[in-house]
Amino acid sequence: MTDASIDTAPAAGGKGSLLGSDARTKKRNAAEKRFRLYGMAAIAIGLFFLLVLFVSIIRSGAPAFTRTVVDVEFTLTQAEFEAAESELFKTKAYSNLFIQKLKSQLDAAGVEAEFDESAIERLLGKVGSTLREFYRANPEQLGQPVDFELAASSRVDGYFKGRVSRDTLQDSRFLQVSDLDLVDRLEEAGVIRQAFNWPFITGADSGVDNPGGAGIGASVVGSFFMMLVVLALSLPIGVAASIYLEEFAPKNRWTDLIEVNISNLAAVPSIVFGILGLAVFIQFMHLPQSAPLVGGLVLTLMTLPTIIISTRASLRAVPPSIRDAALGVGASKMQAVFHHVLPLAMPGILTGTIIGLAQALGETAPLLLIGMVGFVARGYPDGFIAGFTEPNSAMPAQIYTWATRADAGFYEKAWGGIIILLAFLLTMNIIAIILRRRFERRW
Amino acid sequence: MYDAPKTAESTVSQNEIKFDCRDCQVWYGDTHAIKDVNIQIEDNTVTSFIGPSGCGKSTFLRCLNRMNDTIDVARVEGQFLLDGEDIYDRKVDPVQLRAKVGMVFQKPNPFPKSIYDNVAYGPKIHGMAKNKAELDEIVERALRRGAIWDEVKDRLDQPGTGLSGGQQQRLCIARAVATEPEVLLMDEPCSALDPIATALVEELIDELRTRYSVVIVTHSMQQAARVSQKTAFFHLGNLVEFGDTGEIFTNPNDPRTESYITGRIG
Ligand SMILES: Nc1ncnc2c1ncn2[C@@H]1O[C@H](COP(=O)(O)OP(=O)(O)OP(=O)(O)O)[C@@H](O)[C@H]1O
Ligand SMILES: [Mg+2]
Repeated sequence: MTDASIDTAPAAGGKGSLLGSDARTKKRNAAEKRFRLYGMAAIAIGLFFLLVLFVSIIRSGAPAFTRTVVDVEFTLTQAEFEAAESELFKTKAYSNLFIQKLKSQLDAAGVEAEFDESAIERLLGKVGSTLREFYRANPEQLGQPVDFELAASSRVDGYFKGRVSRDTLQDSRFLQVSDLDLVDRLEEAGVIRQAFNWPFITGADSGVDNPGGAGIGASVVGSFFMMLVVLALSLPIGVAASIYLEEFAPKNRWTDLIEVNISNLAAVPSIVFGILGLAVFIQFMHLPQSAPLVGGLVLTLMTLPTIIISTRASLRAVPPSIRDAALGVGASKMQAVFHHVLPLAMPGILTGTIIGLAQALGETAPLLLIGMVGFVARGYPDGFIAGFTEPNSAMPAQIYTWATRADAGFYEKAWGGIIILLAFLLTMNIIAIILRRRFERRW
Repeated sequence: MYDAPKTAESTVSQNEIKFDCRDCQVWYGDTHAIKDVNIQIEDNTVTSFIGPSGCGKSTFLRCLNRMNDTIDVARVEGQFLLDGEDIYDRKVDPVQLRAKVGMVFQKPNPFPKSIYDNVAYGPKIHGMAKNKAELDEIVERALRRGAIWDEVKDRLDQPGTGLSGGQQQRLCIARAVATEPEVLLMDEPCSALDPIATALVEELIDELRTRYSVVIVTHSMQQAARVSQKTAFFHLGNLVEFGDTGEIFTNPNDPRTESYITGRIG
C-alpha cells in the first residue's frame, strides 16, 4: 500500500545482481510477509471462536440426547389382567403388580432395596396407568413377556447428569433423598440406565412441569412446512423479478427506485416483517394464527430481498460477451437469458437462495409475533395440508420458549435444540455446495 | 465535413446493393462516434473497414445488425436499408435481422459449452436441422469452413472455452457461418490467428463471397488488400474514403488515407 508511490519511480538499481535482492524488494517482501501473518492471525482467531462455540454448544447440548430409563421385563397373564380390571382402583392394582415384579428383579440381581408405591411414582410417574393402557390397547400381548422401557422423571435424569444432588433435594416433595438411594440400588441391579433420547428428536413440546417429555420433532415439522412455503414462493418470485430487472427492464428512474427499495428491504429488521404479517395475513386476511403457512409468508417477505440481490449480482457477473454471442447468432433476448445467462448464474442463485433459506430457518422474532411460539407445538399435524394450516412452532421459536422456562431441564433441551438446528443448517450448506459443484461441472 | 463517398458512386458496379446506409450517426451518450456516414455495401462482395483504433469501425459494424441496441447509452440515427428495407423500422424484429446478418466479434466469445453445442446452437434455435444426423452434418461443415475441424473433431464434447485464443476465434467464425447468414460481419477475425489459420479464414471469406456479402474489419493492410474488393477508410468517426480496394491502396484521394496506409497516422 505504502510502497505504491515508490514503485512508480524509475526502477533503481536495475544494474544490480539478481542473486541478492535490493532494499526496495526486501521492503516489499517484508510487507507481504507481514500481510500474510495478519491474515493467518485473523483466521486463527476466527477458528478459535468457532471452536469455543462448538465445544460449549456440544457440551451443554449433548445431555439432551440421552435420557434415563428403567428396563423391566413384565408378563401379565389373562387371569391377572381380569383380576386387576375387576378391582375398584384399577391402576393401583397394576402398579402393585409392577412393584412385585421390580422387587423380584432386584432379588434376582441380589440387591436389597425397600420402597413403596409413592416412591415409584416419584421416580417413574404413573406406572399403573401406563401398564393398563398398554394391555387394554394390546390384549394379544397378555401372557407374553414384554420389555417395558419406562422414562425416569426429569429429576432422576438430572441426578444422573449432575444437575440434581442430595444437597439440592432437601425439602422437595417431588423427589426425596431416600429416592436417590433407591436409584443407586436400581443402578446396581442394572435396571436403570441411560439410553438414547429418541423422544427428544421425535416428540412434541410438553408442559412446563415436564422437561423430560419435551421433544423437538413437532417444531422440526413446523419448520419444514414453513421452508416449503418460503422455497415455493421466494425462489420463483425472486428469480423472475431479478431476471426482469437485470435483463429486460429499461434503466430509468422507476427501476432505480425499485432497486433502492429492494436494498432497503434487505436491511429491515425481521420483527418488522413479523408485525406486518400479523396485521396483514392474520388480522386482515384472516389466515389461521400460529400456522406455518403464515410463518412461511412472513419469512418469504424477508427472504425475497436476499434472493433478489444475490441473483442480480450473479446475473451481472455473467460477461456481456455471452449475451452478445447469443444475440449475434439470432437468439431472442429470452433465449439468450434462459439458454446461456441463467445456467451460468445458477451456482450464484442457488447459493443466495440457500443462504436466504438458512437465514429464514434461524429466524425467531417474526414467528413469535404471529403466534408460532414453542408451546403451540403439542403434536404432529395430521396430513399434508394440516401441516400448513394447523398451529405449530418452528425450531428457533421452540428453543426460545424452552430457554425462557424455569426448570433447568429445559435449559438442556434448548441447547440440544440448537444442535439440531445447526445440523439442519449444516445439511443445507452441504446441499448448496453439492448443487454448486453439479452446476459448475457442466460448463 | 468531407464528401467522402464520391468514389463509391464513380465505380462501375455489377453487384446489387445489399446495405444502403445514409446519413448514419451514432452517439454513445455525448460522444459522437459515427458522423454522417454514407456507404453502400454490395452483395457478393468483401468490403473491408480500415482505420486507426477508436475510429468507429466496430461501432458502425454493430449498427448493421443492431447489436448497438443492447448498449443503453448508444443512439443510432440515419437509414440502414437492407435489400431496400430499413432495419431500424419499428416493425423489424432485431432477432430476425440477426439471423440474416451474422457477426463474429472482436473478442472471441465462445459459449461455455461444448464445441459441438457452440456451433449447433444457432441451427438449433432456427430449426435448421430435422434430426441429429442433419445437425451433425451442419456442425461438421461449419467447423470445416471455420478451418478448425481437424483440430477439434476428436473432442467435440469438450468446452469451447478450453481452446486457445486463435482456436476460439475460428470456433466463433464456424458458429457464425453455421446459421447461413446473408451478410457476415467480421470484426478483426484474424487478429489472434497465425498465418496458416489466417490463410484458411481468408480462403473461407473468399468462398463466402460467392453467396453472401461479407464485411470485415481489419488492422492489416495486406489482409484488406488480399481479401476485399471494396475498402472503406474511417477516421475519427468519419468515413473518409470508400472505393475499390485497388484504387484505395494504389491511388487514394484523401491525404489522410494515404498517410494511414503508408503508416504515418494510426
Ligand atoms: N460501449 C461504449 N460506450 C461508450 N463509448 C463507446 C462504446 N464503445 C465504443 N465507444 C467509443 O466509440 C468510439 C469508437 O469505438 P469503436 O469500438 O467503434 O472503435 P474501433 O474502430 O472498432 O477501434 P478498434 O480498432 O480499436 O477496435 C471510441 O471512441 C470508443 O471510445
Ligand atoms: Mg473494434
